[in-house]
Amino acid sequence: MRLVPTAEQRELRDAVRSFLAAASPLPAVRRAMESEAGHDPEVYRRLAGELGLTGLIVPEEHGGTGAGHAELAVVLEETGAALLPGPFLATTLAAILLTETGEKEILAGVAAGTTTATVVLDGNRALNGAEADVVLTIDGDRVLARTGGERRPLRTLDPTRRQALVEPGGEVAAVSADGIARARDLFAVAVAAEQLGVLRAALEAIVAYSRIRVAFNRVIGSYQAVKHRLADMHCTLEQAESIVRYAAWAADEAPAELPGAAALAQAYLGRACFEVASGSLLLHGGIGFTWEHDAHLYYKRAKADEVLLGPPRVHRARLADLLEL
Amino acid sequence: MDLEEYRRRARTWLEANVPDVPDGRAGQGGGAADPGGVAAAKEFMAKLYDAGYSGITWPAEWGGQGLTQAEERAFAAEAAAFTLPTYVFSIGLGMCGPTLVDLGTDAQRRRHIRPLLRGEEIWCQLFSEPAAGSDVAALQTRATATDGGWVVDGQKVWTSVAQHADRGLLLARTDVDVPKHRGLTMFIVDMHAPGVTVRPLRDMTGRAHFNEIFFDGVHIPAENVVGRVGDGWNCAVTTLLHERLSISSGVGMGGQKDNPVAFEALRRSADTADPVVRDRLVELHIRSRALALFNQRLAQETKAGIFPGARGSAAKLLLAELTMFQADLATSLAGPEAVAWSEDGTGDGPEGDAGTAGGGGLAHALALAPAMALGGGTNEIMRNIVSERVLNLPPEPRTDKNVPFKELRTSGEAPR
Repeated sequence: MRLVPTAEQRELRDAVRSFLAAASPLPAVRRAMESEAGHDPEVYRRLAGELGLTGLIVPEEHGGTGAGHAELAVVLEETGAALLPGPFLATTLAAILLTETGEKEILAGVAAGTTTATVVLDGNRALNGAEADVVLTIDGDRVLARTGGERRPLRTLDPTRRQALVEPGGEVAAVSADGIARARDLFAVAVAAEQLGVLRAALEAIVAYSRIRVAFNRVIGSYQAVKHRLADMHCTLEQAESIVRYAAWAADEAPAELPGAAALAQAYLGRACFEVASGSLLLHGGIGFTWEHDAHLYYKRAKADEVLLGPPRVHRARLADLLEL
Repeated sequence: MDLEEYRRRARTWLEANVPDVPDGRAGQGGGAADPGGVAAAKEFMAKLYDAGYSGITWPAEWGGQGLTQAEERAFAAEAAAFTLPTYVFSIGLGMCGPTLVDLGTDAQRRRHIRPLLRGEEIWCQLFSEPAAGSDVAALQTRATATDGGWVVDGQKVWTSVAQHADRGLLLARTDVDVPKHRGLTMFIVDMHAPGVTVRPLRDMTGRAHFNEIFFDGVHIPAENVVGRVGDGWNCAVTTLLHERLSISSGVGMGGQKDNPVAFEALRRSADTADPVVRDRLVELHIRSRALALFNQRLAQETKAGIFPGARGSAAKLLLAELTMFQADLATSLAGPEAVAWSEDGTGDGPEGDAGTAGGGGLAHALALAPAMALGGGTNEIMRNIVSERVLNLPPEPRTDKNVPFKELRTSGEAPR
């Protein structure tokens, strides 16, 4: 089992982090989320082109890099920490589904960055469903693909990521019951990696603020009431990172462990991320309740992610089944 | 010998030599309830040492095996399936011995390390006092210089295995005219010396896991000073670092096989058809896996040369919280049977089985649970350490750092 990133994975992380710090800092995220598109297409284009991230896990014969889920987790942690708007997660979930079911044609466009795609997750709802070029629907052991069809944008809690009602169905793109089952577990790992990034960024924000905000002639980070909550949040972060590394390792190296690891990752990270994001917001005091402060963006992303793959009880019930309780 | 061969031989040795002790309590010195436990433990420890499995990574010149972490991990992995009767040596192996390896004189290492590793001499650690718990640097036990050595007067408390100990690692105040952290010195004390009184301290489990120790004019020879006179605080920090590492690595601790609050035991005893019960067990699984994976990650980082430092305190805090949660959960799931049981250990607990839920096992686990949250630093102290040394937040305002010790307020009697 490997729980510590390799030197190459750390380099990848640093590259994505510095790219996002320059191309999509929080003020740019705010501009993007209030724009008509809801994201900056130029950032997505460079993420796909310069960095090749839309093809990261796509096999080389289909135009991708053929990297593993440990690498993908490192990337999603950074896009999560940056609260990156736009279709990167949606397209990544689509790439996972198409790769696992052996589809080739749509996948080539996704890897090249010329096609954006999304997956219908629940009912007729899809992340970035209004703007995605291709909408994928899981129907039993088949993956259906539709370009076009009716798209109805939804209003969302999280202003940094859009959702829409879409028209499911379309042409059969691939058939594979095993591939679909594995893809669902990999969705759980991918979202958990994003949640780890959101958690880390929300904690870093309040730790930094608690070192400069003064009350009663002392910085608030010198009060045990604050320090002890931050220490607990750090403990949560340590466990969250350990679980994400484990789940990503299982995805790459131990397929038999993947279902349990994936359910564990969603069951732990969903709660952990929201609790840390809400703790971070509260410790900011009144400023954290304002629209202009970023604390609510982490808080809202954390809740949106916690329920993205179904209500949290779904993952806990799955764990109970896997443990044969 | 390659690692696989080392591991195979260790397994063979363990199978042939670990005594069959059903409740894993041997060597814990349970008093009249466990006569002969210490003698049997010493016999086992000598065999363990002679076979080359005690002090695996310790320097060979002082009596260790001089091998690497890889061999130690391989042995620990095999030993996890057994309950080794080594609890009584855990303080020596986990804290006192490593401190002497780090800071002792060659004469001290030559005299003490081999008998410690072979179980011939049992060690205890003498830091905490009634008025110096979290704030251990406030301790008041005095060591006064005299001809050829020191004379010690004072009281220590929470001292595990002291009733069996031959040697103690003592922290005492040698100067009251300087600030508290600068007036301390570490000593090796002979626990059989005149003036040393050991009294068992009955804890909330009803057993005597701890002792209180009284020093009344106890003479310590000059060559028993560890490190430099006045540098005892830095020495103690070394010991406490080893303590936290030994707690998280489980030095001298038994396996999980007889634990009535373990997940596997609860799965057998609880009604898992009830969705609430199922969800509570899922919660236990989640927390247990989260901490186990964190500990594994810390171990992998250490191996890769990333020193965990104060992050070990996060692992200790999480273990303390998990221990409380688990005992609370197990007793709540069992219901009334958890808190009342018959003398012979039958008819109590869902299975009426002394090895699992019955026989007062759950009640004992509940009563023992707070120990992990208090020993080796309270949860509040761990949170201070994590926030100050991992998150780099400012320390508490301190009014005691630059004032001579004799001018400070104390919880107990006035400083002498």
